Amino acid sequence: MSLKNNLHNLKEKYKGKKMAPAFNAIHTFLYAPNETTHSGSHVRAVDDLKRTMNTVIMALVPVLIFGIFNAGYQHYAAVDAANGVVRQASLFGNFLTWENFIMGAWTVLPLVIVSYAVGLAVEFLFAVIKGHEVEEGYLVTGMLVPLIVPIDTPLWMLAVAVVFGVVIGKEVFGGTGMNILNPALTIRAFLFFAYPTWMSGDKVWVHQAVDLAGGPDAISGETILGYLAQGKGAEMSYSVADMFFGFIPGSVGETSTILILLGGLFLIYSKIASWRIMLSAVLGALVMGLIFNGVVDAGWITETSKFYGLMSFAFWQHLIVGGLAFGIVYMATDPVTGAQTNKGKWFYGFFIGFISVLIRVFNPAYPEGVFLAILLMNVFAPTIDHYVVRGNINKRLKRAKNATILPRDGEGKAQELKAETV
Amino acid sequence: MALLSKKDTSLILDPLADNNPITIQVLGICSALAITAELKASIVMALSVMFVLGMGNVVISLMRNIIPSKIRIIVQLVVVAALVIMVDQVLKAFAYELSKTLSVFVGLIITNCIIMGRFEAFALANGPWRSFLDGIGNSAGYGLILIIIGFFRELLGSGTLLGFKVLGDPIEKTGLYAIGYENNGFMLLSPMALIVVGLIIWVQRSRNKALIEEN
Repeated sequence: MSLKNNLHNLKEKYKGKKMAPAFNAIHTFLYAPNETTHSGSHVRAVDDLKRTMNTVIMALVPVLIFGIFNAGYQHYAAVDAANGVVRQASLFGNFLTWENFIMGAWTVLPLVIVSYAVGLAVEFLFAVIKGHEVEEGYLVTGMLVPLIVPIDTPLWMLAVAVVFGVVIGKEVFGGTGMNILNPALTIRAFLFFAYPTWMSGDKVWVHQAVDLAGGPDAISGETILGYLAQGKGAEMSYSVADMFFGFIPGSVGETSTILILLGGLFLIYSKIASWRIMLSAVLGALVMGLIFNGVVDAGWITETSKFYGLMSFAFWQHLIVGGLAFGIVYMATDPVTGAQTNKGKWFYGFFIGFISVLIRVFNPAYPEGVFLAILLMNVFAPTIDHYVVRGNINKRLKRAKNATILPRDGEGKAQELKAETV
Repeated sequence: MALLSKKDTSLILDPLADNNPITIQVLGICSALAITAELKASIVMALSVMFVLGMGNVVISLMRNIIPSKIRIIVQLVVVAALVIMVDQVLKAFAYELSKTLSVFVGLIITNCIIMGRFEAFALANGPWRSFLDGIGNSAGYGLILIIIGFFRELLGSGTLLGFKVLGDPIEKTGLYAIGYENNGFMLLSPMALIVVGLIIWVQRSRNKALIEEN
């Protein structure tokens, strides 16, 4: 008997038991359920929530693999830099090496494992206590979390943050599909506010930089935005190509814009994510970048200003550094927390891009603001939808009021009939 | 004869749990978020409110038959303001550092909804002894929540309790800090205080199902 049949039989056996939700979660993760609806009309399809989530995870896998190599590469590059050797990144020369992979996997995979183990444990616990089926929401969150934290985040901090994010960000609202805030970003925001020293500065983006700090082998790696925020843009040795392909320090999965772009195209092609949100967010970021560039060009701000570095940064380059691309593609498009109406998605996306660059430039402590911008717009998404829906109702009411229906031929007198449907 | 009748006992004990001013009536949230980053400040705030509410209830109760109802709010404000000024002066004289920490929030006891609420709801209709018990009970319920929040915020946010380094020294790396523990800076921010209040409400309602409102 195959594993599939065994699981189906086991499910019958444990029906109604306390642990049934936990078991069913594993069962339906592997196979489509063997029962069908018996009444009413229904569509038979296997692209349920689990399959949707898995599609997003597929789009994240290239980013994760790149992040593993980049973690190793940034470590060895920083060691070289400390010895006075400037590395030139080349994909096959010094990037896709076993050395990088082993060091990266050794640091990144524990983050992935802790994120999934803790998050799913909380999900299973709530499912068993509340007696409902385990919800699939954590599948994507668990993969996003390790990709948006600095490489050396202590594992216990990650575990605390995951518990906080899943309980406060999701379960208190009623679980998957009910949450107001994106759980992965809630986790990121918790880490940012709770342990700021581990989330910013020039030591956290490179593996072992914190451990080696102060010693003779000290290494460091500042993000591009970090350089700019301190007005040290000239000291930076990264080319635009480095930024686009991702050979730069940063959170684990956020650096490679090209892979994120490919992942985004895959999500648009598979109709999982909204292209309206992605496009409008890019537009919003470009508009804000242009405004800042315009302020610099007009001479309203001089090099003495502490905002000069970030404000004078070419507007389109904002898209290829920091977490903006990652946030737009994988976080802003979350179907639960984002705007639901098509018109609303344009506003929602636009303001995410716009506010991200705004916070990035003006945040004195930490030159990045994508996660804050998305969380803020998560809160406003229902309001945006409300006004879009109201606007549509008003438009149609107006049309209904003005509509006239002409009488059919053959009737005696012309009379105006009230429109029943418009 | 018992010191307190059964009815009188419930005046003190009810606000501690099932009729708590903060977690059930959701009053006095503002100060509960603002001054609970340290346990010491929470305790002093709780005692100050206890003094003001206990004395205020007695004074209002004694005057309840001579206060014209049209200007009763003004009279209540005068009473509470006088008591708050007394508290403020005592704090400034004997605990200057602490009064700096509490800053305007001592003055803002005047606007604490719990106080005006108890004057209106209880002291205007009951005798001085019962009003006094009611004031003590409600301020104890308020103070209890304040102290719980202050305990967790100071312990997890600063690693101290009443200023004592109970978890070790974060700079010398002793105690828990030796194995990589870090203080949670989020605990020191007001939003986290609101989340802690929410968690207390969650625990309380899951223990006592009668508190859950019908939707």
